[in-house]
Amino acid sequence: MTEFRAPQEALFRFRRRAVVAAVFVALCFVVLAGRLYHLQVAQYNYFHSRAEGNRVAVLPVVPRRGVIHDRHGEVLARNYSAWTVEINPAQVHDLDAALAELGEVLPFDERDDRRFRRRLRETKYFESVPLRTHLTDEEVAAVAARLYRLPGVELRARLFRDYPNGESAAHAIGYIGRINERELQRIDTRGEAANYRGSEYMGKSGIELAYERDLHGVTGVEQIEVNASGRAVRLLSRTAPVNGSDLELSLHMGLQRSAEAALGLRRGAVVAIEPATGEVLALASTPSYDPNLFIDGISVADWRALSDSPEHPLLNRAIYSAYPPGSTYKPFMALAGLASGIRTPEDSFDNQGLFTVGAQRLVDRKSKCQHGVDLHRSIVYSCNTYYYELAHEMGIEAIAAFMSQFGFGSRTGIDIPGEASGVLPSPAWKRARFKSREHQQWYGGETISVAIGQGYNAYTPLQMAHALSVVLNYGEVHRPHLVRRIIDGLSGEIRHPASQPDGYVPLVHSHVDALKRAMVDVTKIGTASTVFADAPYDAGGKTGTAQVFSLRGQEYVSEELAERLRDHAWFIGFAPAEAPTIALAVFVENGGFGSQSAAPVARKLFDYYLLGEQVEAQAGELDEVVATELEP
Amino acid sequence: MTGRRFNPFALIGAVLRPLDPVLCLLLAMLLGAGWVLMTSASAERLPALQMHIGVAIATMWIVAAIPVKRLLQAALPLYLGGVVLLLGVMFFGESSKGAQRWLDLGVVRIQPSELMKIAVPLMLAWYFQLREDGIRFFDFIVGGLLLAIPLGLIVVQPDLGTSLLVAAAGVYVLFFAGLSWKLIVPVAVVALAGIVAIVGFGDQICQPGVDWQVLRDYQKQRVCTLLDPTQDPLGRGFHTIQSTIAIGSGGLWGKGWMEGTQTHLAFIPERHTDFIFAVLGEEFGLVGALALLVAYLLFILRGLAIAARGATLGARLLAAAVTMMIFTYAFVNIGMVSGILPVVGVPLPFLSYGGTALVTLCIGVGMLMSVARSKSIAKD
Repeated sequence: MTEFRAPQEALFRFRRRAVVAAVFVALCFVVLAGRLYHLQVAQYNYFHSRAEGNRVAVLPVVPRRGVIHDRHGEVLARNYSAWTVEINPAQVHDLDAALAELGEVLPFDERDDRRFRRRLRETKYFESVPLRTHLTDEEVAAVAARLYRLPGVELRARLFRDYPNGESAAHAIGYIGRINERELQRIDTRGEAANYRGSEYMGKSGIELAYERDLHGVTGVEQIEVNASGRAVRLLSRTAPVNGSDLELSLHMGLQRSAEAALGLRRGAVVAIEPATGEVLALASTPSYDPNLFIDGISVADWRALSDSPEHPLLNRAIYSAYPPGSTYKPFMALAGLASGIRTPEDSFDNQGLFTVGAQRLVDRKSKCQHGVDLHRSIVYSCNTYYYELAHEMGIEAIAAFMSQFGFGSRTGIDIPGEASGVLPSPAWKRARFKSREHQQWYGGETISVAIGQGYNAYTPLQMAHALSVVLNYGEVHRPHLVRRIIDGLSGEIRHPASQPDGYVPLVHSHVDALKRAMVDVTKIGTASTVFADAPYDAGGKTGTAQVFSLRGQEYVSEELAERLRDHAWFIGFAPAEAPTIALAVFVENGGFGSQSAAPVARKLFDYYLLGEQVEAQAGELDEVVATELEP
Repeated sequence: MTGRRFNPFALIGAVLRPLDPVLCLLLAMLLGAGWVLMTSASAERLPALQMHIGVAIATMWIVAAIPVKRLLQAALPLYLGGVVLLLGVMFFGESSKGAQRWLDLGVVRIQPSELMKIAVPLMLAWYFQLREDGIRFFDFIVGGLLLAIPLGLIVVQPDLGTSLLVAAAGVYVLFFAGLSWKLIVPVAVVALAGIVAIVGFGDQICQPGVDWQVLRDYQKQRVCTLLDPTQDPLGRGFHTIQSTIAIGSGGLWGKGWMEGTQTHLAFIPERHTDFIFAVLGEEFGLVGALALLVAYLLFILRGLAIAARGATLGARLLAAAVTMMIFTYAFVNIGMVSGILPVVGVPLPFLSYGGTALVTLCIGVGMLMSVARSKSIAKD
């Protein structure tokens, strides 16, 4: 038997320790007993009155979500009050019977019922769960008359979100929606669970998501005395909620609408930036969608229509669609040549529009590009050979290094989520991007196509407008942003999220001025001269066309095929030329030549912005709906 | 096994043989108390509760019928299997972004860490049994490592309640195996000083912006909420406020069965699981609560007595660790519900609703009974 082999000393030590443990256990239990005595005997009167006299319910008071408006005060997202009928599960004995009885006075459909039951399962606390929202006055009256027979059923006024502009600027503003389980967990790990008690919605995209913390506010607390059937009798104490901060966007809704109207039914995007500040004046992406559809959970039919559409209306083309910039890349290449010292503005070439490297011969047949092609001419008439030559001399590494300063190939850091970083091609990028050795190799010919904005280059309209702004600022970088001011919900204090320059690109003033002169002549005598004929102001710009190589395996009906194979049209531009107040990038998917479809959009926007049509500004008209909180 | 003819008493005797009468009696009292409270707190769960009890008792009987020697032989495979499962959970959790989906499944997450509550003390007991002839300081380092590996895996999940119980189970084995007082005393003193410091300077260190270095923000929040529950009335403080009101309003004799207003108006959150003690305190008062404490105390003393008389070192260590783990469950749970310990997810043993935890506990009780029987076999 093992026990005889076990050393006696060890056994005794074990038993001594068992006694120590027993004493420890007894001591701990004495502590517990002492605590219970304290609660149940010493403090009994206090707790008795708290429990018996006041049956206190602690309820969250949801703060009003911040209102979003544009730079002139036009409301883009607001709240309104509407009646909901809610059920507190803890006070209902037979839920099905209660629902049946309620159904007699208030019709609700299968979808309401399903949603209600799902949320009933999800809810952690003993709070009322909405069954139907947006009750009419008649329905409110009918339910109110029956309330005495329906314990646990409540009528409440709740705040709902509304986007009065519908599809306009939807991609920038985004939308809110019901908090799902994953978001709830994220909120919990951030330690904000208490602040979201009672909150049903949160930002899901755009500004609504990016500024969720500012917009949400701080939840208040109400201590309510309830009677035996759980109905509120008296308000005991109330800590007011702190309303969410209002946001003033830099968007100019007049310009925004002009941009959307100018793009019309085509797929495309416009980004307009005030160069001196980085404020985004317009961020349009067409086609768009109605954010109001998402607030209470989008219906299956609506969702199918949006997600299955070959037009991809949910896609924010302004910040997510990255395409080769075509010739709109040339101004930046021209600057690269000047900055590297390889070119002066006056260097000119008489190469008959011919460029030869090794056995390859590339020709530019445009008559204006045959003789005396200097920087000015190469921009005005968009001469390719000038840039072939330049790129060949500079080399891809130097080009990539120069371009990266303008934010090409990296996110601009705009204050809404979902931005694409695009592709700034370089041998290093290629090595990282491709797996096989032969694909990783950088070829000289690729440098040439990169120089004229084709090949692997891919940038978003936002990146193009941003890079142009940096040039117009003589190198000062302002991160593009949509929110100008955050107006605190409690103190009214105003914060400016972005006021300082975020960086600096060393550019020589005379280089920038030479480039600007060339870009102004694009609209006077160059590729965009027809579109800008008779403009009463001086504008600068550059057209571009991105070649469509393949459809990347997408399936389309045959008649649409021809349209989808057309090139993409680009235009970047600024106005007025002397001191630009607006810089923009226009992108039209399958728009053909930049001068045909993209430049006219820019003309319309410049006309609108510069020719005194800002009168629409409705400053001060902040028709926010104030919460009408009712005592239940 | 005396008569050749069928003897019903012999059959009953054979069925009852693995069971320890004292533990059985106390267990029946505790489970009965749980049933009574559940009737008041959440009657619709009674059928499920009865099923849980049935399964748990059956499991306990099976474990009790296995000789301790065999139980200890299962230590290594159980332990290694548990660690592998925990690793699986960790990597599975990292690879899938929709983490909550498998969290919801429950089976995957709960079982490895729940298994560890049994496997860790079993493994450590087995190890010290192996080294019985000359336990040296080195063995405590190995024991500490054997504990630290699964513990680390559970902490990162993160699951504070389970980590605490697994850690306790392991530390108890080390303690009973003879860990030097020279190590125990300083650690205990530092811990005590820390608690005193936190309670004494609660106001200062709970200011926002004060970084606690070791603990994450939400853990700091839990401790601070304990010191002043009113700071967070909608969040974690809500549980503590409501449960202390329920207990305190119960008074000396309680409001009577099914008469608890806080219970029946649903003010007590989780009233059928972690906070069921609040229902007891409200409806049966200090008398009921103390009766429960006494029942636990007797249970623990019986367990320690069984341990002290265990046939082998491994059996003794196993029995003592399991007993003390049950104590830890009870102490942490009652402490948290009555507002002297932070809110961590630890159920009240044998009373809280929850099939997995009940089965785990009853496996532990089965082990205790197996140890008790090993002694009697040795005497025969």
